Amino acid sequence: MTAVKSSPPAPPEVAPRKSRTLVREVIIVGVIAAVFAFLLPAILGAAGQGVRINQLGRFISLAIAALGIDLIWGYTGMLSLGHGIFFTLGGYAFAMYLQLQLPAGQIPDFFTLYGVTELPFFWKPFYSFPFTLVAIVAIPTIIAAVIGYLVFRNRIRGVYFSILTQAALIVFFNFFNGQQKLINGTNGFKTDSAPLFGAPVSDPKLQTLFYVLSVLFLVGGYALCRWLTSGRLGRLLVAIRDDEPRVRFSGYDPTGYKVFVFAVSAGLAGIAGALFTVQSGIITPKSMDIAFSIEMVIWVAVGGRATLVGAVLGTILVNFAKTLLSEQYPEYWLFFQGALFLLVVTVLPNGILGWLQSDGLLWLRTLGRPQKVSTYPSLEEDIDVKYEQQNLRD
Amino acid sequence: MSSKILEIENLTVSFDGFKAINNLNFSMDEGELRVVIGPNGAGKTTFMDIITGKTKPTEGTVTFKGRNLRPYKEYQIARMGIGRKFQTPRVYQKLTPRQNLELSCAQHKNVFSSLLGRSAPGERRTVGGLLETVGLVAKADIPAELLSHGEKQRLEIGMLVAQSPDLLLVDEPVAGLTDEETENVGSLLLALAESHSIMVIEHDMEFVRQIAKKVTVLHQGSVLCEGTMDEVQNDPRVIEVYLGHQEDE
Repeated sequence: MTAVKSSPPAPPEVAPRKSRTLVREVIIVGVIAAVFAFLLPAILGAAGQGVRINQLGRFISLAIAALGIDLIWGYTGMLSLGHGIFFTLGGYAFAMYLQLQLPAGQIPDFFTLYGVTELPFFWKPFYSFPFTLVAIVAIPTIIAAVIGYLVFRNRIRGVYFSILTQAALIVFFNFFNGQQKLINGTNGFKTDSAPLFGAPVSDPKLQTLFYVLSVLFLVGGYALCRWLTSGRLGRLLVAIRDDEPRVRFSGYDPTGYKVFVFAVSAGLAGIAGALFTVQSGIITPKSMDIAFSIEMVIWVAVGGRATLVGAVLGTILVNFAKTLLSEQYPEYWLFFQGALFLLVVTVLPNGILGWLQSDGLLWLRTLGRPQKVSTYPSLEEDIDVKYEQQNLRD
Repeated sequence: MSSKILEIENLTVSFDGFKAINNLNFSMDEGELRVVIGPNGAGKTTFMDIITGKTKPTEGTVTFKGRNLRPYKEYQIARMGIGRKFQTPRVYQKLTPRQNLELSCAQHKNVFSSLLGRSAPGERRTVGGLLETVGLVAKADIPAELLSHGEKQRLEIGMLVAQSPDLLLVDEPVAGLTDEETENVGSLLLALAESHSIMVIEHDMEFVRQIAKKVTVLHQGSVLCEGTMDEVQNDPRVIEVYLGHQEDE
């Protein structure tokens, strides 16, 4: 009886172990980030593969968007096919600031093509650099929150949510394409030659800065998502994914939670869009292509849903596969992509990381060696059993 | 005289003209354990849907602790103190029993307190105690999808209690359980009845006899009769409803 009553309080036991694993994770992530930020560019540069650094930088920025997809799809079960909207909005916000880096009184060149002489009013705030930085995150976040609130309040879920996000994507795509006089329509904005901090954006120094920034934001995004998913909020997201009606009867209103994560993931996509734009030199409505938003989902599926690391890994792997394959066989990439997706769905339904977590590690460890049958520890430690194992093997 | 915790007046629910609940009047005292029985299609589950806000009444009122429930949503009704257990156990499969209970137990259920708040020591103690009550201490930290059917049933009842509701609605808690598990659930409910009002919907007559003091019989969306188990069993109308069909067939 006393044993039950005097059971030690759980928190002090758990806390140090928790903080120790946290410290370990921080160190691992920090080391990997440092390798990616400083070591890898040097190695690639020395190997004469300088062009790969730029590609890697772009893929790392895409991985930020993939983290957001993982947050809403992997954890909360909302499959968004419209994250291109938020990605593009982030990209446009930064590009508009860069377009305005002109001598006083001038307006960007393309306006003259359409006979526009005065800067449209919504461009004016983008003269300000701090405003632009805020806008890159805030505009996608706010738009996602509004769309999300309307959709989730009306309890639109599952495939209907996916269709709705895709429809929204097409609406935005057509709108951006049609507005030559406001935002240069189909042509989008080129950012290469625009000056930033006294040098053109395509300057190697600035590109290195953007590369390092991408790595830093990816780490920041990862930390944010880890924080969001590790506590009670994260468990509630999983609960919403697995049984949303039940969550209501437990006294939670899922709407607020879903709006929140949807908005966070849109903010991440906005940052990704901005960093991607300056590293690829152009942003057009094409990034609101239906295929691109679906690709984001594929990256996460390949890497492993609800793992976060998988989202990053999947993005970088798939995109490098895409680049390398399209360099060799330009016309076949789409077939590879289709095959890849089929492979993931049929053979690795939990993605690469999901497989590693479940039985991949075991498989790798026991590769070529006889497998140890795991039974009760008492059996495995039993001297007689051990003797039999060692001496009576056929 | 204890006050009424739940009062239902002239309740009618129709789905496209079909009246699942028809002019039903019902009330429950504070601290009462009530069993609701009735043949298939009597409207038992719709009845629970109405109380928990999943379905809105076409006519009539549901009053809980003196408040009309019509304007409230499911989660608000849950916060007012009505907990519901579903027919098939609905626990969060990917979470552990402990996490399942913690989610239900949390005092503040909005986004930011879930994000920033840490579970209070009191909550953790409650969860620990509940794990003991439902007999899942040994399996507290494995995913709930690995639990057996009976363990999930008990876990879900535990989740209800964790919400610290005043009224528990329990829909067929012993469906698909073995006799022994049935008895466990029965004594668990009886223990809970000491501090909660409980309404149980059940088909299993043995089980009803084990726990019931007062039984309400629903038939075609209305209350057919009410009384002790013996009274109800000897009521000719009940016999007709339950057995008359068999003679017809």
